[in-house]
Amino acid sequence: MTLATLPAAVEKFSTAYESLLTRSSNTTGWLNVLRQQAWSTFSELGIPTKRRGNELWKYTNLQPLAAADFVYGVSGSVTRDQIKVAGPWDDAWNTIVVVDGKFNAELSNLNGTAGLNAGSLAEAIAGGTGDVELQLASLAGREEYAFTALNTAFIDDGAYVAVIDGTELKEPIHVVFVTSNATENRASYPRLLVDAGAGTSLVLIETYLNLAETAQFVAPVVEMFAGERSTIKHYRVQMENEKSFHLGTTRISQLGDSDFTSTSFAVGASIARNDIHTLLNAPGASCTLHGLYMTNGTQQQDQEISTTHAKPNCSSNQYYKGILSGKSHAVFSGKVVVERNAQKSDATQKDLNLMLSRGAEIDAKPSLEIYADDVTASHGATAGHVDRDTLFYLQSRGVSEDAAKAILVRGFAEEMLNEFKPTALNEFVERITDERIPILLAESDTIGTT
Amino acid sequence: MLEINNLHASVVDIENSEILKGINLKVNKGEVHAIMGPNGSGKSTLANVLMGRPDYEVTAGSVVFYGESILGLRAEERAHRGMFLAFQYPAEIPGVRPWQFLKAALDSKAESRGEDKMSVRAFSKLFDEKVEAVGINPTLVKRSLNEGFSGGEKKRNEMLQLEVLQPSLAILDETDSGLDVDALRIVAEGVNSMRSPERSFIVVTHYQRLLNYITPDVVHILVKGKIVRTGGPDLALEVEKDGYKEYLAAAGANA
Ligand SMILES: Nc1ncnc2c1ncn2[C@@H]1O[C@H](COP(=O)(O)OP(=O)(O)OP(=O)(O)O)[C@@H](O)[C@H]1O
Ligand SMILES: [Mg+2]
Repeated sequence: MTLATLPAAVEKFSTAYESLLTRSSNTTGWLNVLRQQAWSTFSELGIPTKRRGNELWKYTNLQPLAAADFVYGVSGSVTRDQIKVAGPWDDAWNTIVVVDGKFNAELSNLNGTAGLNAGSLAEAIAGGTGDVELQLASLAGREEYAFTALNTAFIDDGAYVAVIDGTELKEPIHVVFVTSNATENRASYPRLLVDAGAGTSLVLIETYLNLAETAQFVAPVVEMFAGERSTIKHYRVQMENEKSFHLGTTRISQLGDSDFTSTSFAVGASIARNDIHTLLNAPGASCTLHGLYMTNGTQQQDQEISTTHAKPNCSSNQYYKGILSGKSHAVFSGKVVVERNAQKSDATQKDLNLMLSRGAEIDAKPSLEIYADDVTASHGATAGHVDRDTLFYLQSRGVSEDAAKAILVRGFAEEMLNEFKPTALNEFVERITDERIPILLAESDTIGTT
Repeated sequence: MLEINNLHASVVDIENSEILKGINLKVNKGEVHAIMGPNGSGKSTLANVLMGRPDYEVTAGSVVFYGESILGLRAEERAHRGMFLAFQYPAEIPGVRPWQFLKAALDSKAESRGEDKMSVRAFSKLFDEKVEAVGINPTLVKRSLNEGFSGGEKKRNEMLQLEVLQPSLAILDETDSGLDVDALRIVAEGVNSMRSPERSFIVVTHYQRLLNYITPDVVHILVKGKIVRTGGPDLALEVEKDGYKEYLAAAGANA
């Protein structure tokens, strides 16, 4: 694949990169090699553009990102209260707070749970904790993908979570990536490495918050290793401000009989991409990838959802829902690859969209690439409206037109909202959805027209 | 309470689609009127036009409810004034739970009348009572509104809404169709228990069976968009025996 390069766009990251090398306290040898390799990959790739048959970015215009300037490495102050107001919070959770890419011990709330090693990625790298050297950037960062390369070039700190074999955690682990308040446009490269041992059971919530009103460029990379028979419930809450750019990569590798569920709530940023890939790497592994995205104004929201069935007897389920209004644009690019020897695979893919305005656009491309012969698979995508009959039904009961519309939109989201199980998280996504619906409806022109 | 004069209605945006061709009907407080008629004669259209469905356009005539013309009012405004329609084919609404939505409906009605909203506790109590009364499986109403409900469950759910909302004019469009004997009795008991000098009903039905339980004050026969005959409860028995042939022939001759 050829990626067009915007030399100027690369150039503006290079000063920051040079200064990182001199400034970073993290001077571990292997890390430096990793960064250098990644930097050379990124400088070749540059910020991807829509041109030249670039399938991955065909529907996403990154020109505004390429045109913007960002400062790297400046950090403002953040308080616990600000985080609690802006995102989900529960004192009982083990919370790791990462401010502008750096682990912050004071803001974190780690309850010293047995079997859990959670904290700074920089410390884990420096201390050679666990398999960090083997694992870091092994799933993401060496591939031909500009933003994972960029993140890897800038690895300095972030969050590290390891759960010891056989540990069943009662309370969720919450990783908050927050960008502090600032007057300048800034770049940050959040990084999270999760090593879930054999037979572990855990809930991991990943939240992206933004306290600045300026444009933030956030390019996170998350790698997760799901051990044999592990059960991981993962949640991802993405809600940067409407000027920001979020280009996230999540890579999961699953061992035998592991079960991984990811549920995403993607509502923020001007341009956002949630690129998640699960590798079903041993028999009996299963994954469920769920999500709700809501867009309005001129937002772009991309869901790049892919699963590789590398071994037999695995199952995968991708199911996303979108609510689009204004002149926003969303992409659902779902891909399932079933490799030749992955017999008895079971794969489903579904993307349902509620189009609230004529100006909104959805590009839904579910796709299955099946090389094995004994496979059960299905896929589908729809884009629909709220119809006049349902609206009339509610109005005939005395519900006002506006309230009826809100009830119907909320009803569409309900199924996904219910997937957010931890109470404080569930309440949070419900509240944000309820706040967002009137904004979506204000830009709506299709409800009740069909 | 309700006075319909020379009501003509067509489908919006379809030329020469007149369905109601001069309906005259007067319903006094406390009365139960039954409307019978062959398939496609316009019974549901009449019910929907009364409730304000935007798919239909009234081209002539008037509808006066409690002394006020309601043709310019939106469906929710008619509901706030006390009208209710139990649909022949209730819409399926995924993700919307009957509890939430009925609370919203009651709140909105209270608000429009400048009354206090019912507390969540009082509403829950009322709701649970009515769920039991109409014999709906309580787990069903925790699910989406009508989604995946059987035909009979949908009709019971319409009765649940009727009983919670306590309208002053209830229009039941074939609420008895598709019901088992027990459910039929529940619908009839619901209507009978709600009958009062202040509340009226228009019951659209194909079956005399329902009218054995609910004795109507007046029975109308609607054929090809017109009420061709009005009588007492005996008229329903006559229709049951003889069908609509005679009326259809007459209407055909007039057309
Ligand atoms: N929205 C609409 N668009 C087009 N035609 C319509 C519409 N609504 C009703 N009609 C037509 O008007 C006629 C009367 O329909 P309506 O549903 O009122 O009959 P009905 O008396 O209730 O019949 P049934 O006993 O079968 O329920 C039918 O021919 C129907 O096809
Ligand atoms: Mg009908």
